[in-house]
Amino acid sequence: MKRFGLISVPYLWLLALFLVPFLIVLKISLSDTALAIPPYTPTLDLSAGWAGVREWLSGLDMENFTWLTEDDLYWKAYLSSLKIAVLSTIFTLLVGFPIAYGMSRAPDEWRPTLMMLIILPFWTSFLIRVYAWKAILSQEGFLNQLLMGIGIINEPLTILNTNTAVYIGIVYTYLPFMVLPIYAALERLDESLLEAAEDLGCSRLTAFWLITLPLSKQGVIAGSFLVFIPAMGEFVIPSLLGGSKTLMIGKVLYEEFFANRDWPVASAVAVILLLILIIPIVLFQRNEEKQREAGK
Amino acid sequence: MKKSWLMMSAALVMGATAATADEVRVYNWSDYIDEELLTKFEEETGIDLIYDVFDSNEVLETKMLAGGSGYDVVVPTGSFLQRQITAGAFQPLDLTKLPNHGNMWDVIAERTATYDPDNAYSINYMWGTTGAGVNVAKVKEALGEDAPIDSLALIFDPANMEKLASCGVHILDAPTELIPAALAYLGENPDSHDPDVIAKTEPVLTAIAPYVQKFHSSEYINALANGDICVAVGWSGDVLQARDRADEAENGVEIAYNAFKEGSLMWFDQMAIPVDAPNPEAAHTFLNFIMDEHNMAAASNYVYYANGNKASQAHLEEDVIGDPAIYPTEEALGTLYTTTPYPAKVQRVVTRLWTKVKSGT
Repeated sequence: MKRFGLISVPYLWLLALFLVPFLIVLKISLSDTALAIPPYTPTLDLSAGWAGVREWLSGLDMENFTWLTEDDLYWKAYLSSLKIAVLSTIFTLLVGFPIAYGMSRAPDEWRPTLMMLIILPFWTSFLIRVYAWKAILSQEGFLNQLLMGIGIINEPLTILNTNTAVYIGIVYTYLPFMVLPIYAALERLDESLLEAAEDLGCSRLTAFWLITLPLSKQGVIAGSFLVFIPAMGEFVIPSLLGGSKTLMIGKVLYEEFFANRDWPVASAVAVILLLILIIPIVLFQRNEEKQREAGK
Repeated sequence: MKKSWLMMSAALVMGATAATADEVRVYNWSDYIDEELLTKFEEETGIDLIYDVFDSNEVLETKMLAGGSGYDVVVPTGSFLQRQITAGAFQPLDLTKLPNHGNMWDVIAERTATYDPDNAYSINYMWGTTGAGVNVAKVKEALGEDAPIDSLALIFDPANMEKLASCGVHILDAPTELIPAALAYLGENPDSHDPDVIAKTEPVLTAIAPYVQKFHSSEYINALANGDICVAVGWSGDVLQARDRADEAENGVEIAYNAFKEGSLMWFDQMAIPVDAPNPEAAHTFLNFIMDEHNMAAASNYVYYANGNKASQAHLEEDVIGDPAIYPTEEALGTLYTTTPYPAKVQRVVTRLWTKVKSGT
């Protein structure tokens, strides 16, 4: 009984914080808008008993999902978000891997300090850090002044309110999520493997390629998911740093919710977004399991 | 066991009501009050005032329609108020608790009754127009001495906008105000709800969008004052606040506000009490405090918006009551138009058009 209780904790957690909210969103996505509180119909009236439930069910339909296919705005926004999320994940990996590698190679007594430096920015609010980037990237900002001061450019660069600024913002914000899992994987790496490789005539580069990289694969994959998933639905960074031309699904969702007051369509957009994110994760996990079984 | 649990929850409930009994939560537009009034309210009434701000009607409306916002007083604009009343978001005012209600100005009350019949749910806080704020020197430099600073052509003629782009143009991120303005420019009825007529504004707005630095509803105050931009389509009082800030900074920036001669939107920001307000009693106290002629005058003198309070006019400073940009002349009042809320299907067309204009998609 006690063991059962312990096992059920994560499932209850998943049920309460993921499944139930998802079902509520799914239910709203099947409703229609209404001028009321809350602004959709039908709402479930339990006091009417079974008749109420039946009436509620008959009011639900797929209309909002059909609507999403009729306007090219939505798939363009999904594609654009996908592109931004994939590219920023790659950039974050390119920046994050060397950092994690450097940390794992650093002398033991330095590591807590280095770890601290990675975590330190989290002590400041995320919003304030993104705002700080506005000041750095603007026309009169720190970056342009620096570049003009050392004579690299003559005219200030327009970075703020473009997609470039969004990439910078995402890479900066999610960097620790990439560095920490890779560092954890690299730190566990048994150095005698590398020594053995060199003894057997491997160059350091080949050893890195054949041993370090494959053994850090789990960290890289975990880090990439931790960056990709939130980047896909990102709203704050594109709305603060991006321009009006930055099309992302998070912004479309906001417009549906706030400007159109269309909770059902906003919910449909969210359901599709979730499906887009869940499918690759499930495929990936299946692949992992297959590999593990093949390994046995 | 059961008993103590009951007693505990009873104590909690009582604690909660005790906490709200002397607390009022107000949700108003940003940069929209003299903050000394907030302290004055707390001192006079002993009620704790929690004051939050927003910068778009959409954000407020979403909170109202979701219900349970926790606010006691909110300030939607007329057309939004009308829709929220229909949705059942507000409670009728209890005039017996508002002795200062007699101070209100019938001229404005007649107009706000379009949105709120008999003004049963709301009082007017401020009203104003949506027009153009310009940095006079920079605009003249770009367009010449006879620059059309009081005409819709300033922003809707691409030839003008092309020249203004380099000194910076901001436009309100408010489709429900810019589409009526574009309709007025085209000579159509600004309050048209016909999707085909609304669609006519798309080429006009798309043509000027490349020259707009930013669509935003509050950043232009600072940007104008600092001289970062030369034109802002914005709200009258906000532009005048920018003018004031530039004067105080003595940075040589001269800002002017004009309503458009072809017609500008006249809007009314109304104070109302949500139907589920935790403390309607204190909300009435707050409304009554705001309707006091001295307090209302202090607010207008500070934010440079006209108010709907007749009695306060005696206490307004000359640069407020005497400025036709704030209190338009009888003749200018005639050119101003008002709008009514779009039905949901038309609202979708409007938002979609606006997204297309801003993002090109």
